[in-house]
Amino acid sequence: MSDIKKIKDEYLNKLDNDLDIESVNQIKTELFGKNGQISNSFKTLGSLPNDERKKFASDLNSIKEQLQEKINSKLQEIEIKEINSKLENEKLDVTLPEREIKQGKIHPVSQVIDEISSIFSEIGFSVEEGPDVENEHYNFTALNTPDNHPARDMHDTFYLDNNKEILLRTHTSPVQVRTMLNGKPPFKIIAPGRTYRSDSDQTHSPMFHQVEGLHIDKDINMGHLKGCLNYFIKSFFEVDKIKMRFRPSHFPFTEPSAEVDIGYELKDGKIVIGEGDKWLEILGCGMVHPNVLKNVNVNPDKYQGYAFGIGIDRLGMLKYGINDLRAFFETDYRWLNHFGFDPLDVPSNYRGLSR
Amino acid sequence: MKFTMSWLKEHLETKHKDTQIIDKLTDIGLEVESFENISSDLDNFKVAKIINAEQHPNADRLRVCDVDIGKKKIVKVVCGAPNAKKDLLTVYAAPGSVIPKNNMKLTVSKIRGVTSYGMLCSESELKLSDESEGITELKPSNYLDKIGNNFFKNNTEKVVDLSITPNRPDCLGVRGIARDLAAAGAGKLKSISHKNIKKDGSQNIKVSITKDKNQGCTIFASCLIKGVTNKESPKWLKEKIETLGQKPISAIVDITNYVMLDLNRPLHAYDADKIDEEIIVRNSKKGETFEALDNKEYKLDDGMCVISDQSGVLGLGGVIGGIRSGTELETKNILLESAYFIPRSIRKTSKLLNIDTDAKFRFERGIDHQSVELGLQKASQLISEICGGKISKFDIQKIKQYKKIEIKFNTSLFEKITGFKVKENEIIKILKDLGFEVSKKKSELNLKVPSWRPDISQPIDIVEEVVRIKGYENIETIEPKKNRLKDTLNKQQKLFHFLQRSVASKGYLETITWSFTDSRINNFFKENLKEIKIVNPISSDLDVLRNSIFSNLAFYLKKNLDRGFKDISFFEIGPIFKNKQPGEQLTVIGAIKSGKISRLNWNEKDRSVDIFDVKKDLIQTLMEAGYDKQSFFIRDKSPSYYHPGKSGSVYLDKDDIDPVAYFGELHPNIVKKLDIKTEGVVGFEIYLDYLKDTKIKLKDQKLNFEYSDYQKSERDYAFVVDKNYKAQDLIEIISSIDKNLIRSIKIFDIYEGENIPDGKKSIALNVTIQSSEKTLEENDLEKINKLIISTVESKSGAKIRS
Repeated sequence: MSDIKKIKDEYLNKLDNDLDIESVNQIKTELFGKNGQISNSFKTLGSLPNDERKKFASDLNSIKEQLQEKINSKLQEIEIKEINSKLENEKLDVTLPEREIKQGKIHPVSQVIDEISSIFSEIGFSVEEGPDVENEHYNFTALNTPDNHPARDMHDTFYLDNNKEILLRTHTSPVQVRTMLNGKPPFKIIAPGRTYRSDSDQTHSPMFHQVEGLHIDKDINMGHLKGCLNYFIKSFFEVDKIKMRFRPSHFPFTEPSAEVDIGYELKDGKIVIGEGDKWLEILGCGMVHPNVLKNVNVNPDKYQGYAFGIGIDRLGMLKYGINDLRAFFETDYRWLNHFGFDPLDVPSNYRGLSR
Repeated sequence: MKFTMSWLKEHLETKHKDTQIIDKLTDIGLEVESFENISSDLDNFKVAKIINAEQHPNADRLRVCDVDIGKKKIVKVVCGAPNAKKDLLTVYAAPGSVIPKNNMKLTVSKIRGVTSYGMLCSESELKLSDESEGITELKPSNYLDKIGNNFFKNNTEKVVDLSITPNRPDCLGVRGIARDLAAAGAGKLKSISHKNIKKDGSQNIKVSITKDKNQGCTIFASCLIKGVTNKESPKWLKEKIETLGQKPISAIVDITNYVMLDLNRPLHAYDADKIDEEIIVRNSKKGETFEALDNKEYKLDDGMCVISDQSGVLGLGGVIGGIRSGTELETKNILLESAYFIPRSIRKTSKLLNIDTDAKFRFERGIDHQSVELGLQKASQLISEICGGKISKFDIQKIKQYKKIEIKFNTSLFEKITGFKVKENEIIKILKDLGFEVSKKKSELNLKVPSWRPDISQPIDIVEEVVRIKGYENIETIEPKKNRLKDTLNKQQKLFHFLQRSVASKGYLETITWSFTDSRINNFFKENLKEIKIVNPISSDLDVLRNSIFSNLAFYLKKNLDRGFKDISFFEIGPIFKNKQPGEQLTVIGAIKSGKISRLNWNEKDRSVDIFDVKKDLIQTLMEAGYDKQSFFIRDKSPSYYHPGKSGSVYLDKDDIDPVAYFGELHPNIVKKLDIKTEGVVGFEIYLDYLKDTKIKLKDQKLNFEYSDYQKSERDYAFVVDKNYKAQDLIEIISSIDKNLIRSIKIFDIYEGENIPDGKKSIALNVTIQSSEKTLEENDLEKINKLIISTVESKSGAKIRS
């Protein structure tokens, strides 16, 4: 008994030394090899008397386990040490640049259209579209703007034929006409899209974007119009309070008509929307003219409602501090990169309109 | 429409302050553009301070002064005055100023080799005194805090500039504006004072309106004023005309203009002695010509309304007068015209001849036909007062009787439209103040519309009048309801949004370009589509609607390359046009990629972009949008603007007729012609209209989740095929051998050259074989292996490479 205890103590001591993997294997052989000390001790079991044999066997097994465990942990320790010393030579300069990144961007106009759609979606509007090329009936006549009416001068129109019958739509309002002709009231739609006027300077571009709104039902009045636009402007500019002013104006397709101004102030040369004592015109609206409803086979005695038209590009300029309208359409790589939005940044009401 | 407050007050009795009136105008729909002084030449003279004065290098008597002219601006001025020294406050005149003393206009000039920007003025030059020795000296106590301010006070009265909407011709006269303000509670409309004018004798020039078809004139009133002395207008009249930014001409012309601006009643004065016998108002005949007051000769078409005499055309009624019968300072006898012309006729004529005048602007919007006499009265009275002369009796020719429009108005309509209530007697008061005749009949109002309001014809117009005057601020704000009639986006719109962001997420910048383009570039890309010309393009290089999305993208690619960018990826989603009828358009995504991948990258070798870059982006985008890659089919046909050997088309299904997309390298000839300089230009197009609706919702598309845990085996093959043989065909042959066992096929090498016969290539591929029922035994694998080789060899003519 004392022999095996001696062996145990001797080898546990040995294994505490700083050893390499070969020395540990050597110890393993010395203990458990064919003629190893522990192996040999097991061989003596048979020659022991019954009463001693049981205890000796149990002691021997326990010692064997202790030694094996010690050897295993020693081996692991050595392996980890070896890996660690190897890693010291594997140091990279992690400040070197990563592989090429190409970040795509969404154009501000597209982003603003998605923001607008998200806001109006919340209050039950759906999105309609119409063709960019229109005939003069849908663009003007059906909208209560007959030929030889001075109101037509307000729109510098691009024509595709000499009879001035086919044109590029000057506003998104023809979508109202098409939507109402193709359906039955009630209607609750917005229609964003490209619009065209032959006008070009810093604040006018021959192509721009508008969103049309139309809500027709049995009892929709000017209070609903005010409420809808108030909700929209507050949501869009992401402010709690907004100063809004409805001014009487004139559009042939609405009666009464209004233009809407919002309050702003200049801070460090930048426009801040909401408070302030300056007014900025941002949209035109009104109650759809009974003549328009008649033109699209909706009975104006039964149905009424409002329509509005907003310049999308201008909204984007105001919200995101962009100064020159023409830059929107000039495909300057620097501009697109600077003002563009990450494609994963999808405006939605639950995540918030903008980051 | 411009006017001054004092002019307004000739018609409006008011205690309102100017600012209140300005606010009121905006509130009732007369939008104020500006309210300011008309700028004057004297605004160029500024209080300034000399901050440094040095000896002129080339002249003993001159000094070069640095002058602070305010707003943080310092200019150099050469000055000869002995008192020009540092810290002196004086008067500076900017280049462009006219010196009051000698009417000399200043320019930037070099004085003995030193450039001088403007001048420092003496009191005599400013006509302040005779002091001409030195420049003006201003007292620091009065002027030190005024540097940069105007030296002269602007004495002109402030001018209101209104933007009048086309429905309100009545507000193109000061009186109309006063009436609206009075109705809105900003004062009381004064009545027009009627001095009885003495009328002598009859108007003895015969006037007739012919009964031509679509006669544009329905009323022609006139009077003769004999023995006038035309002259410069008196000061009050000149000032009125000048404050509105117009030039006074002569008393007679100024008076007719004044009455027009005051009452919105255009008039025309003829030199009566130049009229040949009689006035005939008739339709023009094609080819007739006349010389108008703008010194241009106009050639007329059939059916334009002209005022003529026996010799021919005198003028275009309501549009412009003619030189032949124009008044001059020597004019002794005048015929004064006050007429009514039909808006439609005026508009047609002026559009055809491209003439824009004040009279035309007013007549085409609709003039009060009841104001012909009032106009004659006011103008003839003024003419006789200023120029003398005897006024004849008025001659009024009419071919149509005008009756006031009547409207039955149920006051409940007001609340129905506006959402708020106004008491009936208040409605009545507003309408009466606006000039309506009102009578009550039960719950209805019988209204007669004033003759100066051609815009009002039905009950909804009355609602607008009342709510406008009452004030839009009374409309309450009703919170929007969230009820929904329809999904926000339909399937096609969802697809649009999805694809847009899907392409962008692959590193492309989205751009938006014009829907029109340069026909010369469009020609490269239009294929067999018809060119769609814009009749009146904004410029000659944006003269057609785009037939392809690539024309603008290629143009802007070049622009950005010229800006020094090299590796560019951008795309646009938008319309292209097949023809010019509404709806003949397609929605397309076009993407372009140029330059290199991994340019100047430390750990990867760079290479030019190639078609497999864009093919990956394209296929992945379609997959992300929910289309099954397994059924995609690629053909090597593509539009001619692609490289013929390096482009292809994608079909969602082998049997489809229309491809949904193209990809490839841009045709090298086009790249060369457009002078695009880069290592490579590749791109793709997706036609959204041809992308079939997936019909069933995604939630119903997902099949049961099935998988196999049995062991997979992989085998490699190399087949030698004809050089033009398509990898897609090889894959199809192999995969259709046993769809259950053959799980995937990967091509890992294409080889031509040594050991491969001419005209042949070797395709090496790796096939994964796995059963979902059992672990495959060696002989199962051997069987499928042999089947693959034999099937490929028999179907494609390939040879297995050993």
